[in-house]
Amino acid sequence: MSTLAVHDHDVAHHNDHDEHHHQDTFLTKYIFSQDHKMIAKQFLITGITMAVIAMILSVLFRIQLAYPDKAFPLLETLLGRFAPQGRLDPNFYLSLVTIHGTIMVFFVLTAGLSGTFSNLLIPLQLGARDMASPFLNMLSYWFFFTASVIMLGSFFVTKGPASAGWTIYPPLSALPKAMPGSGEGMTLWLISMVLFVASSLMGGINYVSTVLNMRTKGMDLWKMPLTIWAFFLTAILGVLAFPVLVAGVVLLIFDRSFGTSFYLSEIVVNGQIMPYEGGSPILFQHLFWFLGHPEVYIVIMPALGISSEIISTNSRKPIFGYHAMVYSLIGITVLSFIVWGHHMFVTGMNPFLGGVFMITTLIIAVPSAVKTFNYLATLWRGNIRFTPAMLFAIGLVSFFISGGLTGIFLGNAALDINLHDTYFVVAHFHLVMGSAAIFGMLAGVYHWFPKMFGRLMDEKLGYLHFWLTFIGAYLVFFPMHFMGLDGVPRRYYAFTEFESMKQWLSVNVFITWAAIMSAVAQLAFLFNFFYSIFFGKKTTQNPWNSNTLEWTAPIEHFHGNWPGEIPTVYRWPYDYSKPGHHEDFIPQTVPFSQTMSSNLPHDFEDNETGLEALAQWHKANPVKEEVK
Amino acid sequence: MAQLQQDKDRLNLAPKKFNMWLFVFTSFMFFAALTSGFIVYVGGRGGHGTGIVLPTVFQYSTLVIILSSFTLFMASRAAKELQFVTQRVYLGITVLLGLAFFAIQLYGWSLLVKMGVYFTNPNASQSFIYVFTGMHLLHILGGLGLLLYAIAGSYYNIGQVKNLFRMEFASIFWHFIDIIWIYLYVFLLLNQY
Repeated sequence: MSTLAVHDHDVAHHNDHDEHHHQDTFLTKYIFSQDHKMIAKQFLITGITMAVIAMILSVLFRIQLAYPDKAFPLLETLLGRFAPQGRLDPNFYLSLVTIHGTIMVFFVLTAGLSGTFSNLLIPLQLGARDMASPFLNMLSYWFFFTASVIMLGSFFVTKGPASAGWTIYPPLSALPKAMPGSGEGMTLWLISMVLFVASSLMGGINYVSTVLNMRTKGMDLWKMPLTIWAFFLTAILGVLAFPVLVAGVVLLIFDRSFGTSFYLSEIVVNGQIMPYEGGSPILFQHLFWFLGHPEVYIVIMPALGISSEIISTNSRKPIFGYHAMVYSLIGITVLSFIVWGHHMFVTGMNPFLGGVFMITTLIIAVPSAVKTFNYLATLWRGNIRFTPAMLFAIGLVSFFISGGLTGIFLGNAALDINLHDTYFVVAHFHLVMGSAAIFGMLAGVYHWFPKMFGRLMDEKLGYLHFWLTFIGAYLVFFPMHFMGLDGVPRRYYAFTEFESMKQWLSVNVFITWAAIMSAVAQLAFLFNFFYSIFFGKKTTQNPWNSNTLEWTAPIEHFHGNWPGEIPTVYRWPYDYSKPGHHEDFIPQTVPFSQTMSSNLPHDFEDNETGLEALAQWHKANPVKEEVK
Repeated sequence: MAQLQQDKDRLNLAPKKFNMWLFVFTSFMFFAALTSGFIVYVGGRGGHGTGIVLPTVFQYSTLVIILSSFTLFMASRAAKELQFVTQRVYLGITVLLGLAFFAIQLYGWSLLVKMGVYFTNPNASQSFIYVFTGMHLLHILGGLGLLLYAIAGSYYNIGQVKNLFRMEFASIFWHFIDIIWIYLYVFLLLNQY
């Protein structure tokens, strides 16, 4: 094998050269690229674009919530018929929250996050030349891009985009005449999401297959970095959950366009009795949330994986409880399929069934808490380097705790009667899933920017970005808990017009300005990101002194990742600050034979010869008693 | 030897085959979701099933698709034994059987319509019959595409490794949709009343 690979070196080079003559056109290098690194960048930049758009949408509806009585002529100039006389149209408000949610959950935190980092890191951290099927990978990106274009295109149809909420419950989504947003906007939403699911499945299938089949020599499953474990389990979730959404959406399309009655029953629209009978809108909720709940873990798990890696690297300590981390990810993966009912406690569900879903839901707190404590234990007494990536990873832990705690309230079937569909829910998921996942994504961008673009991002701007966003996110979402406890319902256009909720207007103003501040803070990131791509400081090959394989690949990108043989892996990825070693990190490619002074007996589990060699070495090099 | 290693790197056939297995899983989840939807729907209505007797013609389509799996198996065996003419003949028969299956299913639909069981139906449990069969027919179309891809492979000289790969790629999927049809048919039979 090794002799083969030595020859391989020249051949690979030759072939690369030959192919480059055919390949390196602008079109195949930057547009229809089949190189996982380029596809990762495509996902990232599309994801960032979508995130900025969705963020602007959120600022728009925040303005409406803070100033329900004021007219802003500028809004009419910008939005035209969606803001007549400078005041947001109520239907357009509903579209804004719907599209904000859809884009953030699916296009940014699913495709933008998994698409970027699974693509970048799975082959690089596992030691593979590319994905199992680079062509499918390319298709995955272009389906995603088309889905994005169609989703944004729905702003340009007469009646505006879909407005039934990101969960598109029927009958609002099933009757084109139900409200303006149920018309063409909804149709485009459905088309866009079908393409999106196709993209996700193509990506997910590739990720799973690559992880299981294409690891380099020595990289057994228990030597994989936690990022890969997280991406792998996320992809499995996607592969199993998204088809169920497709099934739900297929039936919805039949109801919308073919007159079937899967979800519709006895409905009167504008005094007209509709011909539907006997359908069950609850059926859609079952199908939707069977995807929908795993979906929130699809969003958070990659972020958790990324922060495990970053926290360990920048604490200069092995991750605390590697196996526990993996098992809790697996636990979350399995449990996520049996908790969907907690979104439906108040649909008239059998209380016994509600109790079952409540128990499964609360059990998820266990693996989540294991992860949280392991992060904190990893940080404990580490040589922490506060890089921007590290700050964002710690920020994730903070949001994961503060948002996770409220999940325990919401998972309780009895408390949910009060809390469901209030701002308490909004606060909960924006902290635990929204902010935490976006912080994981930003941490990943800061950390792997050198790997993607060969340059470093500016640290000072990174700190500015972190603190403004971190404080801003808490200022925005924390007050919402109290609104929710007071019973303020979500998605209302002007709830402060209700006598009983008037007092929340001042809080709304506060939240809106906090949101505007956080939004402006993102300019620091955007400038930093795009400026650094072209003019950032050039990076060294391993800027963070990290152990994982991607930093053994040359800075210069080419299809195939490593110029010669793919490196072999000898150890787990978290040998940081190992006692007895002269450096505070030992890359995975360093064999134990080169680190005799730091080897420990448990490095040689089930390896008799290794243990013997270790014992002999210790005999030959007795420890000198040192007093420090 | 080095060239061999290179080719192995580039072709990566095992992971691609694994991709197909994963796709089979996603498809399976799709049909599992549809049938679960049926159970939830029927349970919510308080009924026991579709309330009709399925046309017997679906028994013939079941026979046809089982037969097609058999001919596909023969084609695979011929391919392994380097008998390319036999492989092509069996593949051709498989495609024809697939088309016959498609036609019989459509005929089954026309019989259902004659029975007064429409797709647009206040009793959606009967609409589900069309959804199951229709979504399955979409998979059949995909399967036929893969079979034609395998036939094309055996006509153009693509080498035995790739030829076998395409055969297996098509086989995994075709046998899967065969089994899925049996699952759907038995499911519908059990839920007639």
